Amino acid sequence: MKSGWKAVVSLGTASLALFAAAQVRAQESGFRWQPEQASKIAPRVDLLFDFLLVVSGLIAGGICLLIVIFVFKYRRGNPADRSNPPTKNWKLESAWIAIPILLSLFTFVWSARLFYDEYAEPAGSININVVGQQWFWEMQHPEGPREMDELHIPVGKPIKLTLSSQDVIHDFYVPAFRVKQDALPGRLTTIWFTATQPGRYHLFCAQYCGTQHSNMGGWVYVMEPGDFEHWLTHTKPQPSLAEAGEKLFVQFSCAGCHGSHAAVRAPSLDGIYGKTVPLADGSMVRVDDRYLYDSIVLPGAQVVAGYQNIMPTYKNSLTQAQLMELVAYLRSLGGQTAHEKSLDTGDATTRQSIREQQQRALETQQEDQEMQPRQTPSDAMPSGDKNLRPLPQERKSLP
Amino acid sequence: MSKDSKPEIPFLKWIGACLAAVFGVQALRRILRALSPSQETTPLPAQGAALPISARPEKAEDVLMPPLSTPVEEPENYLNTSYSLKSWLLTTDHKRIAILYAFMITFFFFVGSAAAALIRLQLTTPQGHLVQQQTYNKLFTMHGVIMVWFFLIPALPNTLGNFLLPMMIGARDLAFPKLNLFSWYLFVAGGLFTLFAILTGGVDTGWTFYTPLSTHYVHTKVMLTAAGVFVSGFSSILTGLNFIVTIHRLRCKGMTWFRLPVFVWTLYATSLILVLGTPVLTITLILMGLERLFGIGVFDPALGGDPLLFQHLFWFYSHPAVYIMILPGMGVVSEIIPCFARKKLFSYKMVALAGMGIAIFGFLVWGHHMFVSGQSMYADMTFSLLSYLVAIPSAIKVFNWTATLYKGSIWLSAPMLYALGFIGLFTIGGLSGLFLASLPVDVAVHDTYFVIAHFHFIMVGGMVTAYLGGLHFWWPKITGRMYPEKLAQLSALLIFFGFTLTFLPQFLLGRLGMNRRYYHYAPEFQMLNVLSTAGASILAVGYLSPFSYLLWSAKYGRRVSNNPWGATGLEWQTASPPPTFNFSATPLVTQGPYEYNPEDAERELKRDLAILQSDASVPNGARFAERHQEAQDTAAPTTEAQDEQKH
Repeated sequence: MKSGWKAVVSLGTASLALFAAAQVRAQESGFRWQPEQASKIAPRVDLLFDFLLVVSGLIAGGICLLIVIFVFKYRRGNPADRSNPPTKNWKLESAWIAIPILLSLFTFVWSARLFYDEYAEPAGSININVVGQQWFWEMQHPEGPREMDELHIPVGKPIKLTLSSQDVIHDFYVPAFRVKQDALPGRLTTIWFTATQPGRYHLFCAQYCGTQHSNMGGWVYVMEPGDFEHWLTHTKPQPSLAEAGEKLFVQFSCAGCHGSHAAVRAPSLDGIYGKTVPLADGSMVRVDDRYLYDSIVLPGAQVVAGYQNIMPTYKNSLTQAQLMELVAYLRSLGGQTAHEKSLDTGDATTRQSIREQQQRALETQQEDQEMQPRQTPSDAMPSGDKNLRPLPQERKSLP
Repeated sequence: MSKDSKPEIPFLKWIGACLAAVFGVQALRRILRALSPSQETTPLPAQGAALPISARPEKAEDVLMPPLSTPVEEPENYLNTSYSLKSWLLTTDHKRIAILYAFMITFFFFVGSAAAALIRLQLTTPQGHLVQQQTYNKLFTMHGVIMVWFFLIPALPNTLGNFLLPMMIGARDLAFPKLNLFSWYLFVAGGLFTLFAILTGGVDTGWTFYTPLSTHYVHTKVMLTAAGVFVSGFSSILTGLNFIVTIHRLRCKGMTWFRLPVFVWTLYATSLILVLGTPVLTITLILMGLERLFGIGVFDPALGGDPLLFQHLFWFYSHPAVYIMILPGMGVVSEIIPCFARKKLFSYKMVALAGMGIAIFGFLVWGHHMFVSGQSMYADMTFSLLSYLVAIPSAIKVFNWTATLYKGSIWLSAPMLYALGFIGLFTIGGLSGLFLASLPVDVAVHDTYFVIAHFHFIMVGGMVTAYLGGLHFWWPKITGRMYPEKLAQLSALLIFFGFTLTFLPQFLLGRLGMNRRYYHYAPEFQMLNVLSTAGASILAVGYLSPFSYLLWSAKYGRRVSNNPWGATGLEWQTASPPPTFNFSATPLVTQGPYEYNPEDAERELKRDLAILQSDASVPNGARFAERHQEAQDTAAPTTEAQDEQKH
């Protein structure tokens, strides 16, 4: 068995050297073994991937080598020592059960830790809403700008995406960032990442979503902070997420029940965000995006203690994007999020001025709109009738 | 995206119609005719076995090749009892039902492969114009549905399993022979539903039928396809039940649990999954159908339902289903390796129990298909840990097979080449599963070609390779005739290299971010896709080759003795092809399943070579015909005569 061990060790060394050489060669020739590393998490994921690659290579290589050696040495007719062929060996067997278990546990702990970090969203992230729809992505920046199949983000800032879907399950996938998350109808999911390299990266829909699945996607543009501010101020000005939500709040007469002077008794929404409130069934719930979203879509599911549920569902009257705007507005009413705090304080003075500039532009635009009403997404894409869904090329012209 | 896009695939219909016509009718007739006894002298196969020994005396292959038989009148067996179509369609003989299954499965394999061929051709260019986008989506859906439910799941249990299980445990038939036939008809009915769905417009949901896409958003033949899968599910359940009862109740005297061949153990584990898992699929498909037809809202968030619930239910069946596919393959390999290494399976009990471990743990890991679906982070972590643990029994098996080779007397015949190829490909497939069990890596490569490559290494590199190995190994038992060995060895190598070239580049494609189910792809992925398609064309030749020569050899192959491999299993103790009720007397088992001895095998080889060298005038064919005839005469179906090579 000693020669076997030597063979395994030399094979391991050889494969490591080959691996390193291949990495270097790949960088020289432009041939890729992995996608670009453009997020903070990417090098950490790649380290884990490469670790798995080396371990797997050693195991697979070792087994193949052993098979080749055995087949050659013990081929029929070849004189070799075949006395007392072993049919069990508890030491060997315990070793090859214990070592894979230990290796697995080690890998699991490493993976789970990294995965936890992928989940744990840092304070001060920029919250962008993303809605998937057959077959395009619609992004909404907190400052208002909306994008179709494109996402502009600043480098070095943690970006949090809140995902939802208008119809089927989609999946937001940026290979260069090593992030992927399903966008589900009727539910909010989130991911976050911090881009590290300015550039243009593929954005895909990874979950099969129907006929034009492979057309669904575009580019993520990672920009230097200055360029990003420039981009923000020069896009078509639009109301911010919270402002758009406030408009909907008025339009759908939410204040008629939830307002402080309302005739109908409904829970007040001021300052509840982030608090824990008692429910009618005795349980407690923390008021977060998901709870607010669910309460608009399914008002009867989690009723606040002391109230009757008399609210109808707004599932069919609002698009996913509008629902998410409403949630953003309610979030702005109380219990500020980390990002909005950053908007109000210190480093965000430039942002403040952007907001002012946009506000001015918005006012002039609204004057224009009095002549010709602006088309809202809900007008263009009634959620009820799937057959009327416009084609993507038409959609590119939407706000 | 127009909802009435059925007419866009006229040529697909043509392909389907042609395949149905050619394989369904012609093949059935021809093969039935081929199985009838040929009275003419068997022609020589094109290989060196018939040369006088003086020409090549030193090569062991020539010596131990099974003999050229003199044409003899075949004794009555399961094939020649009756030739009418009715006697086949109403048979309750497990061996004939296995052959019936084999027809259907081969047919579906080629239908599924035709879809795969079109997919690979389409993907040679990033903006491929071979088929339209929706047609492409239908092609991969059809490929998945056909291959999973009409080839991979039934292939090994229902053909080789059906044929061998009663013989391996010394029984006359399965416990419920009529139920067995009924299962076949259910399978055919399910297959016809699905074929009808394909021919009348196809379905484009992906084989996974994810809601709400399948319930609210596609206008293709979802219900018809689901009905096909639903009906064939009952075939699976009944087969599983039949096998479980047979293994419990019909083992012959002396056949204790730990004397069962590993193939029987894996069939038992597979049957447990079939019986426990398939009903969940059935329920899920019913719920999906009700949702699609009546909008009951179980999976519809607008009505308080949850689309993720569908995924949980679907994978609760479909993950264990992966083990339905691979476990019997492991069983086949566990039979082949000891026989051609002439050595007892290393640590038999561990191999047998590892299969059971896989079947049980396999039910606990379905959530690893949903790491990016939005289920809770802690659920993700739990499923990740369990997925690592389910890999351990598979690793044990691989180590045991490798250790079995140590100090063996290894003969690289075609079945052995397939079995060794299985170990290599299955190991790579299994190890790539560890990448996918690792949460952050899965997030990066989930739903990309990395996953495609991973499960094709297990399903095609593993299961199909094992299936072909088993088919070659038991071909003399099934037909009483030998396939052309050199051609078979060549095909085994061709399949191995074709497969590797097809699917190895796909790992890299997935790593780089190429998504699965993509009609268009980014131009930088083209080179690797072309490589993959090139491999697929080699693989196609590799698969067509055994298909042709096995059919040829069923009629023209050399007649062989009852036990041409000198194998120890009970199935080798009866005639080839076996009589209708398998054994002329109920066997009595006195020892374990793999009583091989490499030293004896070497001694015999030396003796045979010595005889040949001392008596150079005797053509080795005649010499061996004599020796094996002797063995055949003395071989009573009892295990006293188990090691025939000693005669």
